[in-house]
Parts: sequence; C-alpha cells; structure tokens
Amino acid sequence: MRIFEIAAFAVRGLTANKMRSGLTTLGILIGVASVILLIAVGNGASSAVQQSIAGLGTNILTISPLRAQPGSTVKPLTTADAAALVGPDSPDVKYASPVVSAQATAGYGTTSYAISQFIGSDPRYFETTNSAVAQGNLFSDNDVQQARKVVVIGATVATQLFPGLDPIGKSMLVNNIPFTVIGVLAAKGSSGLQDADDMAVAPLTTTQNALTGYGSLTQIVVQARSADALPNAQAQVTTILNGRHKITTTPDYRILSQDQLLTARTATTETFTVLLASVAAISLLVGGIGITNIMLVTVTERIREIGIRKAVGAPRSSILGQFLIEATLLSLFGGALGVAAGLIGSQFTIAGIKPVLVPSSVLLAFAVSALIGLFFGSYPASRAAKLRPIEALRHE
Amino acid sequence: MSPVIEVRDLRKTYGAGDTAVHALRGLDLTVEQGEYIAIMGASGSGKSTLLNILGCLDVPTSGKYLLDGIDTGDFDEEQLSLLRNRKIGFVFQSFNLVPRTTALANVELPLVYAGVRRAQRRERALAALDLVGLTDRTHHRPNELSGGQQQRVAIARALVTSPAIVLADEPTGNLDTDSSREVLGILDRLNASGRTVVLITHEDSVAAHAMRTVRVVDGCVHSDGVAGVLV
Ligand SMILES: Nc1ncnc2c1ncn2[C@@H]1O[C@H](COP(=O)(O)OP(=O)(O)OP(=O)(O)O)[C@@H](O)[C@H]1O
Ligand SMILES: [Mg+2]
Repeated sequence: MRIFEIAAFAVRGLTANKMRSGLTTLGILIGVASVILLIAVGNGASSAVQQSIAGLGTNILTISPLRAQPGSTVKPLTTADAAALVGPDSPDVKYASPVVSAQATAGYGTTSYAISQFIGSDPRYFETTNSAVAQGNLFSDNDVQQARKVVVIGATVATQLFPGLDPIGKSMLVNNIPFTVIGVLAAKGSSGLQDADDMAVAPLTTTQNALTGYGSLTQIVVQARSADALPNAQAQVTTILNGRHKITTTPDYRILSQDQLLTARTATTETFTVLLASVAAISLLVGGIGITNIMLVTVTERIREIGIRKAVGAPRSSILGQFLIEATLLSLFGGALGVAAGLIGSQFTIAGIKPVLVPSSVLLAFAVSALIGLFFGSYPASRAAKLRPIEALRHE
Repeated sequence: MSPVIEVRDLRKTYGAGDTAVHALRGLDLTVEQGEYIAIMGASGSGKSTLLNILGCLDVPTSGKYLLDGIDTGDFDEEQLSLLRNRKIGFVFQSFNLVPRTTALANVELPLVYAGVRRAQRRERALAALDLVGLTDRTHHRPNELSGGQQQRVAIARALVTSPAIVLADEPTGNLDTDSSREVLGILDRLNASGRTVVLITHEDSVAAHAMRTVRVVDGCVHSDGVAGVLV
C-alpha cells in the first residue's frame, strides 16, 4: 500500500463531493481573508494618522487651556496672550496664531452641511498646518483686522455644500451670517479617525463674532524659528505665559510639541490597532469554528465509508493518511485562496482607509486556519479509524 | 487438517447492568473447509452478531474464535485488518458500497489495501465483475445500479481477493426472486470452486442451497444438521 494510492483516495474523496469540498474551501478562505483584511485596515488607519501628524512639521507648539482644578483659578487664553508671545523676550518664536474652533452648520441655497471644524485664526495658520490653497485665495491680515466675512473651505465642505458648482465667490450662511467663500484648500485625505478636509477657516475676529464669542481661545499655535529652536521657544513661551497668568505652581495651560502630539496620537492609534486586532482574533475564532464545524460534519458524514474501508481490510494508518491528506489539501488550498483574496482586497480603499498589509498577519491567519483545518479534518477521522468496523458501519 | 472456523463458548454482551443485552450466550460452532452453511433463527437471536464476529468486524465479549486454527483473540488491529483483507469476504444485507464511486473502483478497493499493482488490480476486478455478470456496468456508481446489481458488485468485491471464507448476512434480504436466484447462483458456484460459504437467511428455499443448516435460538446453537435432516 503506497502513499500514492492513499493520496489518490484523498483526491477522489475531494472530487467525489465537489459541493462539500467547495464549501469547506470557502469557509477557510473567508476566515483567512477577513483576518488579513481587518488587520491591514487597522494598520492602514494608524499609519495614515501618523503621516498626517508628521506632515505638520516639527517646529510647532500647541498651547491649549486646561480645565480648572479645585483650589486654583484659571485664566482664559486670549488674543492678547497670543500677541505677547511674539516679541523681544521670545527671540525663538516666529509666529503665534490664536485659534478658536467650533462645530457649525453651513447652508447654501437649500443645501446645508454640518462642518465638524469651523476654525477662526490668522493667515499664518495655513502655513503652520501645511494647508495649501487649491482654488481661489487665502485671507489676509487685513481681512482679520477688518473682520471681513470671508471663509476658506476644505475639500469635503466644498463637495458637500457646492456639488458640481464653483464655490469661489458664493455666499454661504453660517449661523445666519453670510460668509463669502474665497478659497478651497487642497485635499489632505482622511486620517482614518477623522476627515481632515471637513473644515473651514475664517478670520479670527469674524469667527469670534459669529460663532464662538470672545471667551478663551481654543488654542494658540506657535511656530518656532526652526526645529532646533523649539526647546528654547517652549521655555520662552512658558516664562511669558506664567508671567501673564501669574502662575507659581501648576500652570492653567498645556504646551504640546509636535513630538508629544505624535506620541499621544500614536498611543491612540495603537489602541485602535489593538481593538482591530481583537476583532481580527474574534473573526479568526469564528472562522476557526466554521472550519471546525464543516470539517466535523464532513468526517461524521463519512464514518460509514470508513467502516466499509475497514471491513474490506483497510489498515488504520491508510485511513488516517487519506483523511489527513484530504484535510491538508483543503486547508492549504482554502488558506492560499484566502491569502490571495486578502492581498487583492487590500489593494482597494476600504471606508476611506488604504489598507497596509502586515506580513505577520498573513502568516498567522494562514497558519491558524490551516492548523484548525488539519486538526479537525483528521482528528475525528483518527477516532473513527479506531472504531471496530461494525461500529463505524452502524454510525449515524 | 483443522477446521476453517472453530468457535468455542462465544459470548457477546451489548451494554452493561440492567440494560445489558446478551446476544450470544456460549455458542459453539465448527465449520470445515469447503462447507456451505446456512444460519437460521428468529429475529434478534444473534445471527448477525455471530457473523460479524466471524468476519472480524466485531470482537466477542468472551470465548474463543479460531480462524484456520489461529486464535483471533491474540491478533492486534493491524493483523485483524490483514485477516479481513486476505481471508474473509463479507457481503452485507445493505450492500455497503462506497458511495459516489464506480462499481470497478469498489471492487478494486480490497486489492488496493492488499497492495496489488494497478494493472493486475484492474484485471482481477474486471474478472470478478464478469463472474457476477456485470461487465457492462463497471463505470456505474452505486446510485445508478439496481439493488440486485449493487449486491452483485458487493459479492464481486467480497470474492476479488480469493478469500477462503465468504460470509453473507441475508444477502438476498433486500432482493426480488430473480435477483435472489442470481446471487445464490453465484454463491453456489463459489462454493463449488472450494470456498467456504456461510450465509444467514430467513428463507428455507435459500437454506436449501446449503449443505448444512445451523439454527440459532437466543444466542446458542439449537440444532445443527445436514439440509432438511435435523440431527
Ligand atoms: N450494537 C448493539 N447494541 C445493543 N444491542 C445490540 C446491538 N446489536 C445487536 N444488539 C442486540 O443483540 C441481539 C441480537 O442481534 P442480532 O443483530 O445479532 O440479531 P439477528 O439474529 O441478526 O436478527 P435479524 O434476523 O433481525 O437480523 C438483539 O436483541 C439486538 O437488539
Ligand atoms: Mg441480522
């Protein structure tokens, strides 16, 4: 009894019931492909976030107000604070842009759209956030001083509010106040968690007037003269703000450099990746149970056949061999197809995210599915092969 | 020369405790080389249980079963499968062909496990199918064959290895008169060529083909004698 003959039985067993073999292969395929894709999407999302943060530049400091602690008073961040940050006391600070932001619903004609970030700032803001204009113009310092009702909108807002139209020169209503669109920003793409193009920028004065009021700024964005000057700039900014806010112990504001922001965001996306990995693990489990199930059904269905083979004198080893080869072929074939489907699927943009393959996930998904298929394809068969022929023949 | 089959105080109990079923209760039987034996008895008397043990498809709870003078109780699983393959041809009432597999492949099956080479295998399987008159059905699958034809394929499979003993459990139980006659004719010819044949039947007309009839009652041999003449 040569291995070749056993392999021939295995192949005949698979081709004799194409439906069953096909479904088993499909089960393994879906299990493998979904795990690969899910992990690739998670990885794609986190690398997109990192890229978008890295794109902001390394010479930026963001100052934001802290909430009041018990027993301490909090002074708001003001336009005056921002102005005071640029001067002879802070030679390493190039600009300091005051920033306010809010959600706002904009309307044009009968269309309305909720913009997730309506930002008020000065023209330097565009430079510090690497925002290029795609159409029209940015606003000027003069627009800020005159509190002109002009706005530069992100790509998403442009397509949502002005589908098929040229937004430049159009007047959109924000809180019933008409703003003239003077420019559209170049698309930055989604960062996975939020759409960076779902925003609009107007002069600080106008925005405070129309939306946010004259309370605390949301942020002050400080640009240092160079990346190397950043630590000095941070020290100078701290001294000036502590002086203005009369801080002795804990400050009522927080300064984040781009590095820190990156670290914080990386932590967030790591959480995201862990979340996706657990979803993947669950899908691996579910896929595994599916594979287990179909393998068990397949073998149970064939215990009678095992009985017949034993009755005509098949040794246990040859029955084991046959089912092991069948399970191997199914698992490897299904696994390979699943990897192929995963690789092809990851070429497409899914929910705005460009998946990035994680090679180890391909290996993991393939190995786990193949092992499950192998085990549950051959273990019940090995148990059946141990039965006396008459027991196997009587099996229901 | 020792008998082909020698069974001493054979017992088989299914289950345990209150629900235990004593299918065989100390059965003795001797079958000589070349005999043709019919086993008869009421339903549930233990005939199939006996034949399954004789075919090494099952093991007794206690007692001895000597096949060609060798105690099968000493055999391990590997040796038993060898016995089933080389010495015994078993015919079931319900045919038990491998589904979705051609008649030819079904008949070749025991030869594959015997390690016979492909060309010789084909030749012997075709010869066996010829013997049961199915040369024109070699590439039909079981579901494309009539009951009588399926049983003849099963007989071809049982005799293809030239076994010393052919065991048949109600081989004509599911067949009409014409098919029964064909199947019995084949068994008669097998016996005429020197094989030992043991079959189970409920019909006297079938038992009449045998030289000897063994009546089983409640798991014991009740009477044993030449056909028609009970001793
Ligand atoms: N696997 C089993 N588990 C439990 N009891 C069994 C099993 N097989 C047979 N029996 C019992 O053993 C007894 C003998 O069964 P057996 O099949 O040998 O009868 P039989 O003489 O072949 O009957 P029939 O003529 O109806 O085929 C019966 O009472 C049956 O219920
Ligand atoms: Mg019976």
